[in-house]
Amino acid sequence: MECVTFDLAQTPLRAVNHYLHHNLTQTGGQAIEILNPDGAHNIAVGLNASVEVKILGHAGYYAASMNQLANVTIAGNVGTGVAENMMSGRVHVKGFASVSAGASAHGGLLIIDGDASLRCGISLKGADIVVGGSVGSFAAFMAQAGRIVVCGNAGEALGDSLYEAVIYVRGEIKSLGADARIEPMSEADYATVAELLAKAGFSHNPQDFQRVASAKQLYHWNADAVTSDSAFQ
Amino acid sequence: MGAKRRLPHFDDLVFLGASMTRYPLEGYREKCTTKTILGTRYAKKPLELEIPITIAGMSFGSLSANVKEALGRAATAVGTSTTTGDGGMTPEERLSSKTLIYQCLPSRYGFNPDDVRKADAIEIVVGQGAKPGGGGMLLGQKINPRVAEMRTLPEGVDQRSACRHPDWTGPDDLTIKIQQLRELTDWEKPIFVKVGAVRTFHDVKLAVHAGADVVVVDGMQGGTAATQTVFIEHVGIPTLAAVRQAVDALEDMNMKGEVQLIVSGGIRTGADVAKAIAMGADAVSIGQAILMALGCNSETYVQKGTHHSAIEDYAAIGTAPGYCHHCHTGKCPVGVTTQDEILEKRLEPEVGARRVKNYLQTLNMELTTIARACGKQNVHHLEREDLVALTIEAAAMARLPLAGTDWIPGVQPM
Ligand code: SF4
Repeated sequence: MECVTFDLAQTPLRAVNHYLHHNLTQTGGQAIEILNPDGAHNIAVGLNASVEVKILGHAGYYAASMNQLANVTIAGNVGTGVAENMMSGRVHVKGFASVSAGASAHGGLLIIDGDASLRCGISLKGADIVVGGSVGSFAAFMAQAGRIVVCGNAGEALGDSLYEAVIYVRGEIKSLGADARIEPMSEADYATVAELLAKAGFSHNPQDFQRVASAKQLYHWNADAVTSDSAFQ
Repeated sequence: MGAKRRLPHFDDLVFLGASMTRYPLEGYREKCTTKTILGTRYAKKPLELEIPITIAGMSFGSLSANVKEALGRAATAVGTSTTTGDGGMTPEERLSSKTLIYQCLPSRYGFNPDDVRKADAIEIVVGQGAKPGGGGMLLGQKINPRVAEMRTLPEGVDQRSACRHPDWTGPDDLTIKIQQLRELTDWEKPIFVKVGAVRTFHDVKLAVHAGADVVVVDGMQGGTAATQTVFIEHVGIPTLAAVRQAVDALEDMNMKGEVQLIVSGGIRTGADVAKAIAMGADAVSIGQAILMALGCNSETYVQKGTHHSAIEDYAAIGTAPGYCHHCHTGKCPVGVTTQDEILEKRLEPEVGARRVKNYLQTLNMELTTIARACGKQNVHHLEREDLVALTIEAAAMARLPLAGTDWIPGVQPM
């Protein structure tokens, strides 16, 4: 496979992203390596081709955001909004992720080997996220569709104001958010968890996970419930 | 709908036409250009508009697909832009609009990189004048299968739009977010930042600092069908006050002309447009008044060239033409704010486009009429010196002299 290497210590980010937008073949068969990312923001934003991209080091905000089709691996930690608004493809963070990982992502798979900070999967719109470690507070806030698998623990207000997205958690949940509830796991849930763990390369037992989904009490405006914040308890 | 109570407005200003000290242009003969360029700061492809009047973002979901198409056709016919809304971009509006601004809203309903690449500019909506700090609620009765699919939510569910963006929390983050959208589009498209008018002086400065090509300031007279009356009437500041603060901010940063300013919120007439431009705006944006032009609250709707009475349909939902305020029900008797298959057809795209085109052309003629009377060959040469205020409140907010005096309340005489 043809491999093109960029060194961000030598080549400006704009030139790298321009290459990624205009010089890749849609049919794939190319591999790109990006050296010395050094926490730069917006690396590999808006890819739209079936290519392998490896970022060898830590990336800043919005790494691999709006991804379509590409398989991006980041051998390091990432800043805010990794894989934000991803449509398809796969983004794999080998380290830890900062806030809003996978925010509003519509499709594809985001894997984070380490922990993810606050608001992981916020406004999720259909992508799958697998977190090897723990997630911070407000994970999956207003998540609409998609699945999140958390192999570690979850912070406060997990799944606050969820719609149709489903969260599976292996460890402890500090607290559930408004309208989120723990539901029994079905055979389909075990199969989903097994499938996503396998795709992400983790070997946990699906039987150890619990399912969190929306109680759907906030699906329709209920004037009688609005006396105080009680509507959101 | 926007705030209903009496607020200081552009109506409280008047122009000082030419007489001895200025020389007017011949109204029907001499040229007065209205060309307007937006997004000259960083974008490789700034927007070139024929008139300084744009159509504001209004969502598909709130409005029907026919209306969105009508707005695109009208904007194209008069050489201006239209804007998507909280509901994504419809193929109809993209096809019908020569210049389409794609909004990046907190909800991110239907937001995707393909549409970003298809857009001519991107508007990051931080807030709206009618509800700064607030999200929205589209009631379940308007969520038909197409709207539900575009928003990735079940049909019939009340859809809450978030009040803040999911992936950035302050102006330093916004700088990087703007850079992300520029990277995605190879630095071709202007990035607008829209703020609801509140602490406008500082908000505009932060938006400019974050890298906006164009700042949109939306005053409290801006319309919305997606929030509570208490919010509309009691949060935010009037457009008149906001314009002055926004221009002060640009002048203070020496960015006037480099970053363009669009003003919206209660703009209805060519005189409003002219006054906003004279105060320092580069363009205005109109939402609510466009809906009125489309036929909101009219007694009839036109189908296949024939007028039909809608009075019974207004009565059926407990209202009447001229009083209707039922957009949230999805039962709009004239087909403007509905997703109902039958009602939607009451607003045919050609009819709607013609009405909006007529309205925009009329505004533009009013604008140039005033500009010529002030002696300007270019509407962008209108200036604050051309204006005075009729009330002390307007004089204080706009920092213009009270008519017939050189008194600007709150400003020490030189
Ligand atoms: S006629 Fe009534 S329902 Fe239709 S747009 Fe106007 S106010 Fe809304």
